[in-house]
Amino acid sequence: MLQTSDVTSVKPQTDGRRERYLAAFRWMLLARVFEEKLASLYRGGKVIGGVFLSKGQEALSAALGVALRKGDIYAPLIRDSAGRFAFGESLLDAARTCIGSRLGPMRGREGNIHRGKPREGYYAMISHLGVMVSTVSGGLVARRFKGVRDVVGATCIGDGGTSTGSFHEGLNMAAVEKLPLVVVVANNQYAYSTPTSQQFACADLVDRAIGYGVRGHKIDGTDPQACFDVVGEAVARARAGEGPQMVVADLLRLVGHGEHDDAHYVNHALKVSPIGRDCLEVARAQITAAAWMNAMQIDSLRDQLQAEVESAFATALREPLPDPNLEDWRALSTEALAEGRA
Amino acid sequence: MAITYLEAIREAQAKLLADDPRVFIYGQDVGNFGGAFKATKGLAKEFPGRVLDSPISEDAQVGLAIGAAIEGMRPIIEMQFADFSTCGLNQIINHAATMFWRTNTKCPITVRLPCGGTAGGGPFHSQSMEALYAHYPGLIVLNPATVEDAYSMLIAAVHIDDPVVFCEHKYLYYHLKADALPTEALPIGKARVARPGRDATIVTYSAMLHEALACAEELAKDGWQIEVVDLRSVKPLDTDTILGSVARTGRLLVVGEAFPWGGVTAEVVARVATEGFSLLDAPPMRLNAKDTPVPYHPNLWGTHRPTARAIIGAMRELLHA
Repeated sequence: MLQTSDVTSVKPQTDGRRERYLAAFRWMLLARVFEEKLASLYRGGKVIGGVFLSKGQEALSAALGVALRKGDIYAPLIRDSAGRFAFGESLLDAARTCIGSRLGPMRGREGNIHRGKPREGYYAMISHLGVMVSTVSGGLVARRFKGVRDVVGATCIGDGGTSTGSFHEGLNMAAVEKLPLVVVVANNQYAYSTPTSQQFACADLVDRAIGYGVRGHKIDGTDPQACFDVVGEAVARARAGEGPQMVVADLLRLVGHGEHDDAHYVNHALKVSPIGRDCLEVARAQITAAAWMNAMQIDSLRDQLQAEVESAFATALREPLPDPNLEDWRALSTEALAEGRA
Repeated sequence: MAITYLEAIREAQAKLLADDPRVFIYGQDVGNFGGAFKATKGLAKEFPGRVLDSPISEDAQVGLAIGAAIEGMRPIIEMQFADFSTCGLNQIINHAATMFWRTNTKCPITVRLPCGGTAGGGPFHSQSMEALYAHYPGLIVLNPATVEDAYSMLIAAVHIDDPVVFCEHKYLYYHLKADALPTEALPIGKARVARPGRDATIVTYSAMLHEALACAEELAKDGWQIEVVDLRSVKPLDTDTILGSVARTGRLLVVGEAFPWGGVTAEVVARVATEGFSLLDAPPMRLNAKDTPVPYHPNLWGTHRPTARAIIGAMRELLHA
């Protein structure tokens, strides 16, 4: 039960594999284009609050998004634009939340990465790390009560998030309840500025899986094919009733914690090491090597996605902003019990 | 047949489980063992698979409830002691309480907190947490003081579409008895005039209601008619009933078992001072526990918390002010 998978190379090419890969690649590319636009708007002063990018983590994020199905539960975290889009979030809703449009799902009450539509299985993270592990588990318990089978719940976290009590409590509980939960850990080497040496003392985070009694999977997070294969396998195992799965991917955050952060603290040796590779460049190489698309086709896809992103932001930027006079200033859904002393 | 406050809580949960398939209970030792206080006695057997033992993980207990509530369930979380709910505080105040406002998604969880002091309880098994939770937007905080309210308010709590912190007082578990379970109840959010009077008002809630009623009984021997208001719910707080009582009596003493800094008693005094200042014939008074952790030994605990005797002392001062 506790062996780890280690898939690091691209091998056979079945048709399904090609389709899966290219579908995931599209979301990776969309995330990159979306985030580049977002960063540009941020620098232009058009974005209120923080901007957090996933550069270098798109393959891992997309891998989970494409492995999930409609009806599954997904609680993404800070660097999951690709997974969010793959799970079905509309580009416009993402743009709206980042701009603060009143018409977006968060209505200007929350911004950037703190977005979701919980009733559609797309849970909205809070900033306190680790809490989504037990929350997704609760969603899965509800599905179990309702007799819904064939469902998976998944959430993402970073190396720093694994140090929280919430993470521990949640994963332990999910294991006790044998829930179809997948936890994807992006070990991007830094929690904000804190290196992993100050975050944990175990040789590898995946070693913790045995302690929780869950299956551990290890991947090179810069290798898209490995991400798609291993995350896909973890999701399939959870769906098949094998209990919680913990995937640990090694990669490097190729940007600051947020766009306000120049990430000067990142060790240069890591940048030039294999985990410093840009997964999108690796994907281009894998795709062209397999002759699934040529460079021109990839550029053309990028142009098409760029146009979609421009259109989404153009729409969001024209939309009405939140208006304090239109707010009901009420935190309860039960109006009769709200104190109403605004 | 007499029924205790604790049995009323057990019976309310049995009814909720029987009437609504969305209800389940999750907590430490709540399954076959029936809970540390036996508030879920026999329920695991009566409702197989719906009364589940959790690991000692308050954060994860609440997190699980939130996820289940998003999916349409009506979870009841039992904290073994209210004091331990601080280990799940983040999930309650930052996750459950903000859910509807952030995402327009209802989060109908009920977190049961066995709260308040008992002889020998000590600093970590005695706390009154209502002020802490009432501070945060997005929560409803209930403090039943009677067997009838323990029953009807717990049922109402689980039917509410928002997160509810249900503060049930451990001292009342066995001390308080009623002849039968109620068939009707005041709505949530309404305070109750537990004893009418005209000379002064005591506003209180939970176990302190009974200390306040004992005080009123004692002072009646001297001819004083003390009105006692039972808040029932500290959030929402029924300011209208409080102001109505102060309008009748002109004098206000607010009694709570919690720590003195801020809190429910301060909120009541603030509201009366700002909205009903002209109704007052004397400065309003507050009586709370002392500003130390709750002591273990009854000799100390009996002085740490307000008792009927302490309330009588404060009330004599107020009546002559």
